[in-house]
This record gives sequence, C-alpha cells and structure tokens, in this order.
Amino acid sequence: MRYLPLTPEDRADMLGVIGAESIDDLFVDVPAVARRAQPVDLPFHAGELEVEREMLGLSRRNRAASEGPFFVGAGAYRHHVPATVDHIIQRSEFLTSYTPYQPEIAQGTLQVLFEFQTQVAALTGMEVANASLYDGSTAAAEAVMMATRVTRRNKAVLSGGVHPQYVGTVETLAHAAGVATDRLTAAIDAEDAVIAAIDADTACVVVQTPNVFGTATDVSKIAAAAQAAGALLIVVTTEAVSYGLLKSPGEMGADIVVAEGQSIGNGLNFGGPYVGLFACKEKYVRQAPGRLCGETVDAEGRRGFVLTLSTREQHIRRDKATSNICTNSGLCALAFSIHMSLLGEKGLRQLALVNHQKAVKLRDALAAVPGVQVLTPRFFNEFAIKVPGDAAELVETLAANGVIAGVPFSRLDPAAGLDDVLLVAVTETTPDTDIALFSKALTKVLAQ
Amino acid sequence: MKFTKDHEWVEVAGDVATVGITAYAAEQLGDVVFVEVPEVGKTVKQGEALAVVESVKAASDVYAPVSGEVVEANETLGDSPETVNAAPEAGGWFAKVKLNNPAELNALMDRDAYEAFLGTL
Amino acid sequence: MSMNNVGRPTRPEAAGDANDYVHPTLTGARGLLQDEALIFELNAWDKTGVDLPEAPAADDLGDLVRTSAIGLPGLSEPEAVRHYVRLSQKNHAIDLALYPLGSCTMKHNPRLNEKMARLPGFSDIHPLQPQSTVQGAIELMDRLAHWLKTLTGMPAVALSPKAGAHGELCGLLAIRAAHEAAGNGHRKTVLAPTSAHGTNPATAAFCGYTVVEIAQTDDGRVDLADLEAKLGDHVAAIMVTNPNTCGLFERDVVEIARLTHAAGAYFYCDGANFNAIVGRVRPGDLGVDAMHINLHKTFSTPHGGGGPGAGPVVLSAALAPFAPTPWVVSHEHTFKLVEEAKGPAAQAFGRMSAFHGQMGMFVRAYAYMLSHGADGLKQVAEDAVLNANYIKARLSDLMSPAFPNGPCMHEALFDDAWLEGTGVTTLDFAKAMIDEGFHPMTMYFPLVVHGAMLIEPTETESKQELDRFVTALRALAGAAKGGDVERFKGAPYHAPLKRLDETQAARKPRLRWKPVAPAPLAAE
Repeated sequence: MRYLPLTPEDRADMLGVIGAESIDDLFVDVPAVARRAQPVDLPFHAGELEVEREMLGLSRRNRAASEGPFFVGAGAYRHHVPATVDHIIQRSEFLTSYTPYQPEIAQGTLQVLFEFQTQVAALTGMEVANASLYDGSTAAAEAVMMATRVTRRNKAVLSGGVHPQYVGTVETLAHAAGVATDRLTAAIDAEDAVIAAIDADTACVVVQTPNVFGTATDVSKIAAAAQAAGALLIVVTTEAVSYGLLKSPGEMGADIVVAEGQSIGNGLNFGGPYVGLFACKEKYVRQAPGRLCGETVDAEGRRGFVLTLSTREQHIRRDKATSNICTNSGLCALAFSIHMSLLGEKGLRQLALVNHQKAVKLRDALAAVPGVQVLTPRFFNEFAIKVPGDAAELVETLAANGVIAGVPFSRLDPAAGLDDVLLVAVTETTPDTDIALFSKALTKVLAQ
Repeated sequence: MKFTKDHEWVEVAGDVATVGITAYAAEQLGDVVFVEVPEVGKTVKQGEALAVVESVKAASDVYAPVSGEVVEANETLGDSPETVNAAPEAGGWFAKVKLNNPAELNALMDRDAYEAFLGTL
Repeated sequence: MSMNNVGRPTRPEAAGDANDYVHPTLTGARGLLQDEALIFELNAWDKTGVDLPEAPAADDLGDLVRTSAIGLPGLSEPEAVRHYVRLSQKNHAIDLALYPLGSCTMKHNPRLNEKMARLPGFSDIHPLQPQSTVQGAIELMDRLAHWLKTLTGMPAVALSPKAGAHGELCGLLAIRAAHEAAGNGHRKTVLAPTSAHGTNPATAAFCGYTVVEIAQTDDGRVDLADLEAKLGDHVAAIMVTNPNTCGLFERDVVEIARLTHAAGAYFYCDGANFNAIVGRVRPGDLGVDAMHINLHKTFSTPHGGGGPGAGPVVLSAALAPFAPTPWVVSHEHTFKLVEEAKGPAAQAFGRMSAFHGQMGMFVRAYAYMLSHGADGLKQVAEDAVLNANYIKARLSDLMSPAFPNGPCMHEALFDDAWLEGTGVTTLDFAKAMIDEGFHPMTMYFPLVVHGAMLIEPTETESKQELDRFVTALRALAGAAKGGDVERFKGAPYHAPLKRLDETQAARKPRLRWKPVAPAPLAAE
C-alpha cells in the first residue's frame, strides 16, 4: 500500500520492542463486542490508475462551467483564478502545515494571515479583520451571535434581501442559542424595510449588498437608524469582487462586515471549501470569533507574527469562548490573499468594472427578449429577471439546450411565491458570444 | 487590607472598599495582558464575578470579595494592564465598591492569615 | 605546461577562530532564508499582476460607486511568486519532517487527492446549477456517505459540516431537536470529561447547554461512578472522545453508552481520533449516537495551515430524521439533493451553512478511501497504533509516560515529571525540538496531565523516521537531565525567529498593517 511505509519486518521488529505478541495486543482495550478480525464490507485497495479512472468517470457526469454558456451566481461566482495562485497553495509548506501554533516555524503562514487581515479590513472598510471563518453564511451566523454579546440584546432583524440559505444558517444557530430572528419579506429592494423593524430588543440588523437579487444599496441610513437604537449593523456581501467598484460597508457605517471570499482566488468547487471574511470595528474585537494574527517581536527584537487574543477562543475559554470554531479556512484565505496581491487595487477596480460592464450587456440582451422583465434597478454583476411561467422549469429546459441560465429563486426560497424570478450572473469569464447564445436560447424557448 | 482564598484583596476607607488581586495571584497569572473592569453603577454580590483578568494563555474571573455598588473602576488598566503585575496591591486595583454589608469583611483573612494560607498551597 | 593559477580554492580554508565567529547578517537574510517585507512595504500601490481588458466607468451606479482609495498593493507575477515562496520557507510541513501534534493527525497528504479535486468536473461546478447537470458530484457524495456509514456502522450521515467543531455543533443540534420532538426540551446539561477538546464545551455552550465535567480515573478514562452520579433527567447528552485525548481507548465505552441511554440522554462521540480505529472498530457497535469525522485528519485531506476541514457527522437511527439539509437521496441511478426541510427531510433541524458542504474535501477523502480500501484502512489504524506504541516504548525509560500501564492507541502521552529539577519546562523542551528539525508535539493538552506532551506520529512515518525522531528526543532528554539548560532556555536558536513576545502582541494588539510616519531618531 503506497501510503504506508512500514514493512512486515518493521512491524515485527517494532512489536518486539514494544513487547507485544501481535497487533491485537495493542487493541485489548476495545470491548470484545466491537473487535473486528476482518475488514469491513467495502472494496479493497486500488492503484493510482484505477482510482483516477473511477474519479474521472464521476467527474465527467458533471457539466463544468467552462463547457458552455453559464450564468449561475447567487452566492458563488466563477471568476478566473491566475495559475500562480494554485501553484503557490500547493507548495508543501502551505498545503501540509497545521494551524501556526509554533510561531518560530510558522512565520510563512502567520505573515500571510497578517497580510490577509489587512487586505480584508481595507476591502470592507473596517478597522480589523480576523484570519477567516468557514464561509460567508457561517460568518453571518457568527456575526449575529457576536452582536448579541456586544449589545446584550437578543433579537436579530434580517432583511428580505439576505441570501435565503444564509438566513437558514443564521436561524438554525439563533434558534439553538435562544436568539429571536425577524426575517422580513423577500423583495428586490428590501434593505430599507429593516429600519421599521428595529426595536429596543434588537441586537443587530442584517442586510446584504449587493443582495440576493443583485440590488446594490447604500446602507448609510440603515446604519444610522440601527446605531441610534443601540443595535449593530451587520452587512453581508456574497460577491467580494464588488468591493472593487462599490462603496465599502465600512464607509457606509457598518459595525460588522461578513462576506464570502470565494470570488477571489477560489474556484466554485460545488459549494466548498470557501472562505468567510469577517471584519468589525476595533472596539468590538474582543467579542469577535475565530483566530487573530498580530504583530510582535522575537527575543532579538525582530518583527514576527503570532496568533493573539486567544483567550476568546475555545481552547482556552472553553464554554465561555466567543465561538467553537477551531479549524478555519487557512488555505482558501491564502488563495484569496495571493489573488488579491496579484490584482492589487488597480486590478481589482478593473476587474470589478469588467464584471459590471458584462452585466449591463446581459441586462440589455435579456431586456430585449419578449416576455422578460429585468427587476433589479442597480446591480453589480448579477440581477433578477421575471420570466413568464416557472423559472425552475425554464432553467431545466435551457440546460437541455446547453445554457446554464441561472438560479430560480424558488430553489433558494420555495415559500416566497417568487416562482417566476430567475437570478442571473456574469463575470469576466463570460464571453459576449455566450450572452448572445443565452438571449437567443431564451427567446426560442419562450416562444415555444 | 483583607484577603480572600481566591486571592482578591480589599481595603476599606469609610464605606468604600478598593478591590484588587494579590501579588501572589499576579505572579501566578504571569504577564497580564487585558483587564475588563466593571461598569460604574453595577451592583455585585460577594463571590460574584466582578472583573476579568487575562494573561496570554488564560482568562480568570475576579470575584467580588464584598457586596455593594461599583462606584469607580480603574480605567487606566485598559491601556496599562501591566500595572497589575507591577503594583498589584496598589495602582493595579480593579474597582471601588460601596459596601452594603460591612459585616462581610469579618469573614475575610488578614495578611498573616493569608500568608499562612499561601503556605498551605 | 600551461598553468592557470587564478582559480578559486576548492577546499575550505583552515579558518581557525573564524569558525567561531557568530554574527548577524547585514541584511537580515540568512543564506537561503530571505528576510521578506510585507506586501504593503513593497511600494506596489499602482501595480497589478493581472492583465484585464478595458471597461468604461459605471456611470449607472451614481453615488454607490467607491471614490476613496482602498489601500491594496499589487504585485507583478514574478514578485508575487517570490514573496510567497520566501514566506513558505519559514514554515514547517509534514512534507518536510515528522509533525507529531497529538490530536491533530498530521499524516501524509497524497497528491493524487489534489489532482482529483482539480478535475473540472469537480472544481468548476456550481452548487446551484441544475441537479441534472451534476449527477456525478451528487453520486460522489452518496458514495462517500456509504463509506463513512459502513466504516462507522451507523445508518445516516450529515455531510455538510465544515470542520470538526462544526460537526460537533451539528451533532448537538440533532440531539437537541430529538429531545424537543420527544417533549424533552428541558434537558439542558451536557456532560464532558475534563480532558475534552475545548471545542466540546464551547459547542455545548453555543447551543445553550450548561456543561458539567465528568471526573477521570487514575488510568485516564471516564469515571463511571461519577458519570452515573451526574446523569439524570436534566442531561441532554454526554460528549466523550474515543479514543480519548490521553490516547487511550475508553474500555468501558459500552457501559458508558448503556448508562447514558438508560438516563434518556444521547452519546455524542468526538471522532477526532477515529484514525486509531478506522477499519477495525465501528463506533456504531459501541452505542454511539452521533460522531463527527474530521476528513482532514483520518482521511488525509490537507490541513492547509489551519483549514479548510470537513466534519461529516454520522448519526444513529434515533437522530437520523433530524439531520440538517441538504440530504442526498438516490433512486436507482438518479441522485437528488433535498435542500428544504420537507418530504423525507421534514424533521431536519435546519441547515449548517449555505450550499452542500466541503465538496473539495469530499473528493480528496473519497480518492483516499478508494486508494486504501477496506484492507488498507484497517492497516492504517494498526500502523498508527503501532507507531505510537513504538515511540512510547522507546522513550519510557527517559521520559515519564502519563499512563504507563497498558498500550496506548494512536498517540503517546507523557507528563513533565521526568523534567523535575532540570530547570527545563515542557515548553523549553518543545522549542529545542525545533532546533533538531522536528515540529513539537502537542503541549499542555490534555489539561488533566501536568506539562503534557502528546505525541501522535501517524501511520505514514517509516521506522527510519521514527528512529530518527526517537534518537533526537533521547539526545535532548539526556541534555536536559545532564544540566545543559541553556540549550533549552533560549531555544529555538536555528529557526527563522527566536521566541516571540506573545505578551506584547496581546497587550497592544496590532492586527493589521498601518502606514507609519518615519520614527524620530530619538525613539530608537
């Protein structure tokens, strides 16, 4: 077996050193009822070639985004990732190291985390950022829990523009923690409606921009209203590239910003692993979840980095920790940071403009299709359209015609009564010819 | 100055008690990096958590040695937590509590008794 | 003859005193080890390493457009490659040498897994594209689920949790939902041993449970009498790691399960140490109700400097109906993800995250399982346990094993009794290991053992590497006992940095780079 270095002779020698007759002697503490002499009922080992063949077979039964017109977004976006990113994250020293518990031999990882935190803080317009959480949705849930600790209040108001699966994630955790949630009706331009829902029990309001329908919103008024009522404003972003074009949540007054960082440096990967960005005002940092990397010096006064403020964390604070998170998204954060370093401010702004330009082109193309109505007034790189009939059926029909058209809103929220709403997204990877193919196919299918 | 078995000290002037942690506790904690002092106006009962003191590797509650209302907190510890190590039984005090049951003081140890108690640890 | 006498010397000159000349370099670099600035210090504010087409300004967005500077440097491709390669060389890695962090299972990460995860049919598919276009992906999830269920002897698995702690949360939420459905919502206590991972009490508290500690016996196991005394109508669950964090199998685990069930509570098993028993012992045979499996431990997906992980949770029949969405269901050769809490998933407690879980990790773990097979995985457990016992046997005369009697499982636990009087602490000893080229073992955990040193070699170490490690540790132990204290107190001497000042980092947190004005000379 190629992953196991011990030879039968090694094993015999080692048992001799230990003073055991057989390997079974080392499993004596296992109750007899659970001891198994034989392997479980699964196939036996396979060579690299056989495994590759099997995996290739499974992979070929999926239609990759690169295979043709593709307009799916709604929380995960297909961007081009420079080859350098994947090369560097596969370096042994990054790929096969652990959480940097021994800073003297983990400065590579730690300096990357420090740079990552600085990049995330700059992008979101916030004072501090942590070293990542699992993904955007779990980061949103963590942010709500943090707001209840900061405000000592017990209710979260969620706008109807927040991604329904994010809402589901927040509600699941909030229910367990005894935190009330007030989720407002899903609507294209939903964000401002949260203001009326803020009351004296409100720990936080959660809004998303661009929201799940693609609507970009200036949340300054919401920030002012929330803070006047003693609540925190949590801003969610699922498309991090939008920060290259739109005002940052920090500029608009957010207290906590959570975002899905997948768009930068990370592939679609069928939904994971992704990377949760988490940033907040500095005064709240001791209530923040997850790891933080900080600057210090070594015994000779040289600059170095360590994990810090660890007394917030589970391995020290145990049942009083700010979160139970341990493993986060280190390698995805590295990918994010490398891609961000390659883009720089100049590249990110350009990338964002290209994305927006593509979306405007798609909007113009789809608006010309008879029966289609564009619903989202101000968007970054995705928007909602209203189609005649059921959007889910339309998506299946278009898929059969070679076009992956987007996400029917009913898939995310079947109870919303928005069965005729389709979410469509583009990125810099979408050729103009694919936009033309989409509108042509849509025209044809709707005419039938 | 009076002491508790949890290594808090209390010094009373009039009806106000100044509270801190002992030199022994400060040494055991190691370098103090953060102190969370109580809000002025908070009422505490004897034995309840009054403040939090953190080193790099541990977070510990400081218990109120007496019951009463917090009338002053040592806000300078926010910027200079190292004072707890440098002067635990002076400038490193945590809070001043207006006593509402001075009789509680009687059960606390004096310095000799506390020193003797440390000898048993 | 023609004679060229201007060549360079080809042997080191007898340097005499120069051999003892130790000096800092003039640049901060040390040979191959470069001193690398932060990206923010490279004066790269106006550069980019990505070529993009031109695009017009977004006039349609009005005052939503950002006008302020963001503050992000850009590096050309060669600069970026250098920056990260230089940084990488300051990291220890399992690809470099033994990484014996107990409880972390730092085993070899096969590169086949990486190759498979990058197949476009896995890496370039969207979680929300039509299910008819991702049948192979859903089938892979179904097959992974089948392997996990078979290896654990459990009837159901929730795949979506994103790491071990997230899996714990998933398990406890299923337990909570089951209690609520049965009208037992008043059960609000979770019992966990003092030796538990910090995530256990943190997770329980996150779910609104109060944590009560269970005592441990002198031989490092759950104290049954204490458990029995603390069980009752208020207890929702127990959380027990098995093999436990002392590296020992809970030999009374069947009785633990029986007592727990008799009290109406559920048995959550922390599966962080499943590597010790995979393919040999099925937790389902022990009475477990829920257990997370760290794919980044037992099933070889890389740790990546702190993640991503994946923490699928296997569930007993009693808990299965409450598993979070999405569920994978198959009918003949068609596979479906049930994403809403209705139909077969009507009792699902909610969802752990957006989308379907860590697919990239599923692909890697499945490739690893296929590679090993049922026979290879059984050998994994046996070799992991053999390696740990070998280390324990070869060090026990010099160091003090915390539980000398009987075998350990996949990790060997020592305390610091053997260092008494040497002036060397567990921390010092660990730092000296760095100088010898090894990553330190897990220190000061579990909390129940004084100055704990928890060594987990894993099954992917050869006997030669184990012997090299043992030889190094024996030499260090000899040095500590021989009074060579300086070797330890200042260690590491040969790492990229010396010991870091964690106090300063925590007292005055600097969590991001900030532009600084040039410091006045007087400040130096």
